[in-house]
Amino acid sequence: MSKVKVNFPRFGSYNVAVRHIIVNGLGVDYVDAPPITKKTLEIGAKYSPDFVCTPFKYQLGGYIEAIEAGANTLIQVGGACRLNYYGELHEQILKDLGYEVRFVNMANADFSKPLTFYEEFKKIKPSVNLKKITSAVLLAVKMVEVIDKVEDYIRENVGFEVVDGSFEKLHKEFLEDLKEVNDKKELNLIAKLYMSKLKRVETNKPKNPLRVGIVGEYYTIMDEYSNHYMEKELAKKGIIIERWMNVSNSIFHNYVKEIKQSIKNYAKYDMGATSMYTIKKALDYAKDNFDGIIHVKSFGCTPEIDTMPVLERISEDYKIPIIYFSFDTQTSDVGINTRIEAFYDMIMMRKEKKIK
Amino acid sequence: MKKAYMGVDIGSISTKGIIIDEDNKILASEYIWTEGDPIGAVKRLISILKGQFNEKKYKVVGVGTTGSARKLIGVILGANIVKNEITAHAIGTLSLYPDVHTIFEIGGQDSKIIIIDHGIVTDYAMNTLCAAGTGSFLSSQSKRLGLEVEEFGEMALRSKNPTNIAARCTVFAESDLVHKAQIGHKKEDIVAGLCKAVVNNYLNNVGKGKKISAPIVFQGGVSKNVGVIKAFEEATGEKIIVDPNSHLMGALGVAILSKKAPEVSFDFNIEDVTFETKGIECKGCANNCERICVYKDGELIDAWGNKCDKGAIKVKAKV
Repeated sequence: MSKVKVNFPRFGSYNVAVRHIIVNGLGVDYVDAPPITKKTLEIGAKYSPDFVCTPFKYQLGGYIEAIEAGANTLIQVGGACRLNYYGELHEQILKDLGYEVRFVNMANADFSKPLTFYEEFKKIKPSVNLKKITSAVLLAVKMVEVIDKVEDYIRENVGFEVVDGSFEKLHKEFLEDLKEVNDKKELNLIAKLYMSKLKRVETNKPKNPLRVGIVGEYYTIMDEYSNHYMEKELAKKGIIIERWMNVSNSIFHNYVKEIKQSIKNYAKYDMGATSMYTIKKALDYAKDNFDGIIHVKSFGCTPEIDTMPVLERISEDYKIPIIYFSFDTQTSDVGINTRIEAFYDMIMMRKEKKIK
Repeated sequence: MKKAYMGVDIGSISTKGIIIDEDNKILASEYIWTEGDPIGAVKRLISILKGQFNEKKYKVVGVGTTGSARKLIGVILGANIVKNEITAHAIGTLSLYPDVHTIFEIGGQDSKIIIIDHGIVTDYAMNTLCAAGTGSFLSSQSKRLGLEVEEFGEMALRSKNPTNIAARCTVFAESDLVHKAQIGHKKEDIVAGLCKAVVNNYLNNVGKGKKISAPIVFQGGVSKNVGVIKAFEEATGEKIIVDPNSHLMGALGVAILSKKAPEVSFDFNIEDVTFETKGIECKGCANNCERICVYKDGELIDAWGNKCDKGAIKVKAKV
């Protein structure tokens, strides 16, 4: 086989961390898929079952675009919902389409036995060094934490920047510099540098700005193309956005037991995937007197559909407005913007009334 | 010279316009079909409003637009406020019914519910992706039955035994309707059944989980249908208020909102001005954003539709 070129589906800003594992841990090439566009979704939807969740379509489109860009080894992960079957189905569809690629499906590995991941990595490169890959994965985890910290800060402040685009520019530079990081020391330097740069960006925050919490399904909430740049739209209106859902919080700092305990008045059983987190965070935002909550999911996401009656109860108990968005392959923003605008007007009017 | 304010609500099916004075008294109003041409419809609308309006006594200093073509028409009319239809409907209705709790709105392509508590919108929902339970569903079914949509309501009232019609989806509803007609159900029963189907669909989808309480105000084009009003009253057990100007609430709301925006000087003579829109595909990346450019007498006055700065089209001077 020719030189190994690995691709992992585009996912938030995290590809830079995946790249580190591939390049520095395995010592093989990494190919990023081009940024998601309408074309990605068109290709993905064309070859996907119609009723599969939307992230599946984005990722299939992304794989095909990555193959066209030179990738020949594709990685997929597993999860606690239909995501666990993505890999198998993606592999089959690509095979049927005649693409000759190697498919490495991490869904076959077991989180409780880290060595099983090592077995999967071996499929990419048989001579993989256990020590090297372990240290690369550990650094990648730290990278993800830094990314999440930076993005949390941006979400909280980007709506109030004095010069338009200041935060976005820094964010881009940060991700570029992150690519060059080789060890923990360099990572700490970059983290420090950019946190101080971010803190120096001039903002004009009013005393008591609107605060909105976003909850919902894993992929759609984190992929800005999938949610039609919702966070940007909200920020433009001068809103502080809080999103707990990210990789650090949901995977690395997982505290499922406490979550289940704290939402037991609302949900007795785990409904799978992100459902418990969604309920927990909606409850937290409600208790913390947020002005509103936005729930996002891809069309037909079963665990998140199951949370909706619970969210309605939280909304009623705490008198907090919640708006629901379901995204499929539609590409017009008009209907979405109308609803966001109306949501903004509503929470603004409520706030004004409260202040009076 | 007294001040007046204009509100224009450009929906997919109909275009509504209103001019009010400072006390929200209606000075002129009109309701016409959009016919897929919002710019043409607005031009017609403005000339009709002009005919009803006393230009010697009043001067229009505020223009607001709402409805799905609000942005485009806002640019064309030089509006001082452009507002989404949910807020506009709430403001318009509140000006006439200050203690309203629930607003049902069924238009041509969409339907919404707005919940109001002490004059503040506390919850709302809009239908998604589907035209079931909207005006266009009723008008297509009335065509199938060989009826004018205007006579639909009266006919429904004559029914003593409305036919059950599946309400979940227009496709199911349509085949259900055909089957029931073919096995001999009376036309008035079918018509009454359709009105019920629209109401059930609305309450099960848009109204799902919402706290519906009186006073309830019903508006939008479908509120002119007495059959649907009756079906709503039966389903909710409450009296349904329908204002004689129920179709104008969005336009009224945005006219009221225009009072608070910085004043403009509106010119009614837009009939001879040509407005053109052009879709220009950005080739900057594979997203191929379709950017819309608006030209006034050949001069670019606004553009939008790009997702990133790469596709930004600069407009020299704002008119």
